[in-house]
Amino acid sequence: MSHYCLTPDRLERVDSWGMNRTSLAYVFRPTTAELMAEVFKIAKNNGKSVGLRGAGYSYGDASMNSENILLDLSRMNRIIDWNPETGLISVEPGVTIRQLWQYCIEDGWWPPVVSGTMFVTLGGAAGMNIHGKNNFKAGPIGNHITEFELLTPTGETVVCSRSKNSELFHAAIGGFGMLGVFTRITLQLKKIYSGQLSVEAFATKSFGEIIERFNEREADADYLVGWIDCFATGSELGRGLVHQANYLPAGADPNPAQTLRVKNQELPDTLMGIFPKSSMWRLLQPFSNNLGMKAINYAKYLQGSTIGNNEVVKQAHAQFAFLLDYVPNWKYAYKPGGLVQFQSFVPYDCAEKVFSEQIRLSHKLGIVPYLGVFKRHRPDAFLMTHAVDGFSFALDYPVTQQNKDGLTTLTQIMTRLVLDSGGRHYFAKDSQLTAEAASEYLGKEALAKFTALKSATDPDHLLQTDLSKRLFNAFL
Amino acid sequence: MNISGKKCLVVGASSGIGAEVARQLAGHGCQVALVSRRESELVDLAADINRVAGRSLASVYPADVTDFAAAPKVIQQVIDDFGGIDIVVYSSGIMPKVGLEEYNTALDISIIEVNVLGAIAWLNPLADRFTKARAGVIVGIGSVAGDRGRRGTPVYNASKAALATYLEALRNRLSQHDVSVITIKPGFIKTPMTAGLHFPLPAGTAHGTAADIIKAIESGAGVAYTPRYWRWVMLIVQHLPSAIMRKLKF
Repeated sequence: MSHYCLTPDRLERVDSWGMNRTSLAYVFRPTTAELMAEVFKIAKNNGKSVGLRGAGYSYGDASMNSENILLDLSRMNRIIDWNPETGLISVEPGVTIRQLWQYCIEDGWWPPVVSGTMFVTLGGAAGMNIHGKNNFKAGPIGNHITEFELLTPTGETVVCSRSKNSELFHAAIGGFGMLGVFTRITLQLKKIYSGQLSVEAFATKSFGEIIERFNEREADADYLVGWIDCFATGSELGRGLVHQANYLPAGADPNPAQTLRVKNQELPDTLMGIFPKSSMWRLLQPFSNNLGMKAINYAKYLQGSTIGNNEVVKQAHAQFAFLLDYVPNWKYAYKPGGLVQFQSFVPYDCAEKVFSEQIRLSHKLGIVPYLGVFKRHRPDAFLMTHAVDGFSFALDYPVTQQNKDGLTTLTQIMTRLVLDSGGRHYFAKDSQLTAEAASEYLGKEALAKFTALKSATDPDHLLQTDLSKRLFNAFL
Repeated sequence: MNISGKKCLVVGASSGIGAEVARQLAGHGCQVALVSRRESELVDLAADINRVAGRSLASVYPADVTDFAAAPKVIQQVIDDFGGIDIVVYSSGIMPKVGLEEYNTALDISIIEVNVLGAIAWLNPLADRFTKARAGVIVGIGSVAGDRGRRGTPVYNASKAALATYLEALRNRLSQHDVSVITIKPGFIKTPMTAGLHFPLPAGTAHGTAADIIKAIESGAGVAYTPRYWRWVMLIVQHLPSAIMRKLKF
């Protein structure tokens, strides 16, 4: 018998990672599947819904469930099984990517797909089917999940793989926590022969050029990521910097035992050995305005296009992969309004036109994104996929009292451009889509299949989030 | 604070300042939950608010503010219906006529129950909730009568003094959690509660008082006198020697 019950003491403030939404929810942090099942019973008996939350790194409302129950999985963080010979690992859903790489790297294995931050959980990563800078080559994380156990709100545990309950396997991965809770995830890791990557950086002068360079390089690159200076306009619109990284082949690293050590991967905790990084966001805050960010973007482009342009260096995996962790709590520079990330996925042929227009529109409406990140993608087999054969462009917009309405207008116009090009969106980042837009890009067929699976695994519709209510309230 | 679209609970909404605050909050696009014993007045008020707004902004929650055990349940119902509460205004208050030589304990207890204990019963659960949310606004309608004890209305004076001190303590406790607690101190206001009273100074209206309350919420004021000149009147009154207070005949 547990001590679980629904009382106001359970209420906690829960924010979106982008700090633009806030809510109160009854938060439970179970440590076993049995306790999770009990939370579902409590929800059903009290007429509440249950949202799932990992580390809470979704930018919008995907891991929020206002005035209802949130099942926070961060305490389900045990590594269940690890085979250093095959690289197959089974984990609980609250294990973070940080835990995962730190646990395995000394055996010569690396997570095959990682996000820009190492603090997301594997449960959240699977639920959103995250991608990395290697999506064009490795696909999303779901491609590397070999099997999982799913606890459904009815209390049943279903084992899914590509050969067993395949339809549910391809829907629960990327199913934004609507079909059940992952209680065990088995993942095939990537064999590496060095703790370092070979990294080349080079500047590009326009969207056209960055697409061309990605095209030239994608066959030989393991990772490709572009940064775009969103303040540049006219003939320089779309200028930026590209980083290409490649794994080192066996034998290339003279001392892999050294480079594979966790301590040789860790991000520096000071800037230039002096300023503690934990306080760096305070230094950023005075620049968190159009003028300051224009200067920072310009300086970054100038530095990247002169010093170090076309240079190849060795860089630790963690240092290359987790760019968002270099300045802890950098998002606080966006206080008090927070930020909205608008990430769209656009087919190859339309990408240059759509992304150029997004930047032009941003300037026209006077709301310029402070950061733009460009990546190459390929389609995958998952039902609620966000991927296309094309490119994605992620834009970080500051939210202020003055620009709120304009930002809504801007994102609506940009969404129209994306949908008209056959593009898609990503629930881990979204806070702006409308129900009509989500239905349009997902398509009737996929939604019908997803709804049928939802009815089978969650007949009482207990699993909901603020995002699911915003986009799918009518049928999920 | 921009109050547009906020979710509000107005306790004591059936008439006077409470009803006018509800109307003006709705005028700013807020959802308003109307609480009072008098259901038919609430229904009429909600219908009027919704008609003016052209959409459903006001909802009715009949409750007796002295049914202290009911308060958390009604609050929860509003939260379930609105999806939360951002602002609460406790406007319930009574000021029964008391003779200069009258000592009616039952009547005095009823004043304390509505003006003080009711406020505690309705505001405590929301203070707890706003602390967790690290956001929210609590407004209590006190009175200039709480600033000094006068011979005419001892327990009414005491009740408004108690309410003001309770709200001050909440303000000191909750400011660190980004919760605003506002004490409104109306002077002479023409409302159903003060009907038949003679005012020695120009009296304000419920409409003007509600407008001042909205301004106080927007500005995050701690204590707001309304009409504003009462701040200066009460500055003088607060400093009057007791010997003079004893001579005053109201």
